[in-house]
Amino acid sequence: MSMNRRSFIKLVGAGAGVMSWPSISSASDILPRTGRRVVVVGGGSGGAIVAKYLRIADPSIEVLLIESDKRYIACPLSNLVLAGVRTLEENTLTLDKMAAKHGVKLLYDTVTAVDAGAKKVICSAGAISYDKLVLSPGIDYRFEEIEGYNPATTPEIMPHAWKAGPQTLLLKRQLMDMMDGGVVVVTIPQAPFRCPPGPYERINMIALYLKRHKPKSKIIVWDANENIVAKAGLFRKGWTKYYGYDDKDSTKGMIAYHGNSKLTKVDAKAMAVDNGTELLKGDVINVIPPQRAGIIAQKASVVGPDKKWCSVDQVSFESTQVKDIHVIGDACFAGALPKSTYAANSEAKVCALNIAQTLNGKELIAPSHVNVCYSYITDKEAVSVSGIYIEKEGKTIAVPNAGGLSPDLNEIEASYARSWMQNVMSEMST
Amino acid sequence: MKEKIWFYALFAGGVALASSLPVLATTAATPAMLSNTCNGCHGTDGNSAGLSNPTIAGLDSNYFDTAMKQFKSGERPSSIMGRLAKGYNDGELKAMADFFAARKFAAARQPFDAGKAGQGKVLHDKNCRMCHADGGKSGANGALAGQWKDYLHVAIAEFLSGNRKGPEMMTKALTKMTEADIEALINYYASQQ
Repeated sequence: MSMNRRSFIKLVGAGAGVMSWPSISSASDILPRTGRRVVVVGGGSGGAIVAKYLRIADPSIEVLLIESDKRYIACPLSNLVLAGVRTLEENTLTLDKMAAKHGVKLLYDTVTAVDAGAKKVICSAGAISYDKLVLSPGIDYRFEEIEGYNPATTPEIMPHAWKAGPQTLLLKRQLMDMMDGGVVVVTIPQAPFRCPPGPYERINMIALYLKRHKPKSKIIVWDANENIVAKAGLFRKGWTKYYGYDDKDSTKGMIAYHGNSKLTKVDAKAMAVDNGTELLKGDVINVIPPQRAGIIAQKASVVGPDKKWCSVDQVSFESTQVKDIHVIGDACFAGALPKSTYAANSEAKVCALNIAQTLNGKELIAPSHVNVCYSYITDKEAVSVSGIYIEKEGKTIAVPNAGGLSPDLNEIEASYARSWMQNVMSEMST
Repeated sequence: MKEKIWFYALFAGGVALASSLPVLATTAATPAMLSNTCNGCHGTDGNSAGLSNPTIAGLDSNYFDTAMKQFKSGERPSSIMGRLAKGYNDGELKAMADFFAARKFAAARQPFDAGKAGQGKVLHDKNCRMCHADGGKSGANGALAGQWKDYLHVAIAEFLSGNRKGPEMMTKALTKMTEADIEALINYYASQQ
């Protein structure tokens, strides 16, 4: 077995503190330390917020945020781009102002490895040491579970568009290029995945576009789950009210929804998908693949035995597997909290406060989280789900008799959703 | 410290652990712990960057506390605040009220019509200033000056629809106003930046 860099670093991390031949990890810190240091990897909904709120909690802690992209494209509301009622530019932000304002050191780089033993992250610029490391890497895809799926080429033909960006625009272009009367296929993986209501809001936005421009078209949904994962009643109501949907007869209306229909195989050449019992051809095929924690979580060995998500202490968000590495956002398992932008924002704040407590030798603080998620039904109406979350006996649970769903589709929440997004983005960028 | 607590946990006996991590002592949620998460919708420190969500920084503590209790009971209408308010007890609501009262209010930077703002000032001085002093700056009865126009429109519409109960005098005054009057009033509050 050849030793790649990753296994080498793991080996060093395993305890061989003194090695005579040069290693990446023993290289000196590319940034001189100014005191206690927290390194944050990933500048999204979790990472940008944990960096900022660490500095708010204790400005004597040095915080270094490492992010690969200078322009960050946020996911929420990006489904609206498909309907042509929002642009991707409206979802784009930069971290510079926030970093300057709060004294966060911002490094645009890619982290390639983590040496937990030496408490260093390795990025292309070199090694950076930490007292505490926070990983907020978002998601990676389990492409290997879909037969015939080529990670390099299939997304260019059957876009997943599950990270807002070029994939979103590709899916939009495919919808625009499709003839009226075409078939759009959307496949949804088994939960949990990023943004539980996301696939169903996407169906709304594709339907809105088709209704306006290609009304003879059809959307066929294969959902690996038994039923719509979030806001099920409200989504069905919206489909029935605006787009044509009959849960007894899938041949009627624009939207045909099939639960318990798990994608097993794709044929990009034939533009077909397979669920083990049926072969379905589409003109546009949106395959949302099953997911797992982002790649750096895998490299840092903080992914749990399920090989999907990172198991963390529900008070501190410290990995249950590797000391002094905390994982927040979609990559971690946070009990009843969903994999949402708002949950990542909330987890980041809990994690920041508790890292500051730990570094100052103080007791941890009992977490208090909020989740608020909006989904658009049309361009004018939206619905929301909300909840308050606390930790109880090691588990994150929803506070009973609080939160819940919008009673109905409504216009005011469409304006609150836009306003929510302005605040979510401004929290990250200012 | 961790080891010590772990030791005590063992000593106490019968403490079941799902993982190998030690049991960590935790203290009850602090005001910052409870309040930071509100910022996702209301902006950092409660200064909203979103046009429809009000700035809650610097709100009078009693006003905040009462508003949250009214959301919780349903007395004050809402799309989402009522659902959220139900997740907190009185002590927690008070802690959040005090936390946000101590944040610095930053007036929303937004466009306004100077002419309308002038008319609005006249209307304000005549109808509103008894309860909303200093041009409607944050006080015992909420913050109007420097609040987002979109939010003020929503709030006034709630009073006019009868869904939100306000003081009789205010509802009466609002009912008498034309749409242009209300627009002028809102521009006056928006002009205070």
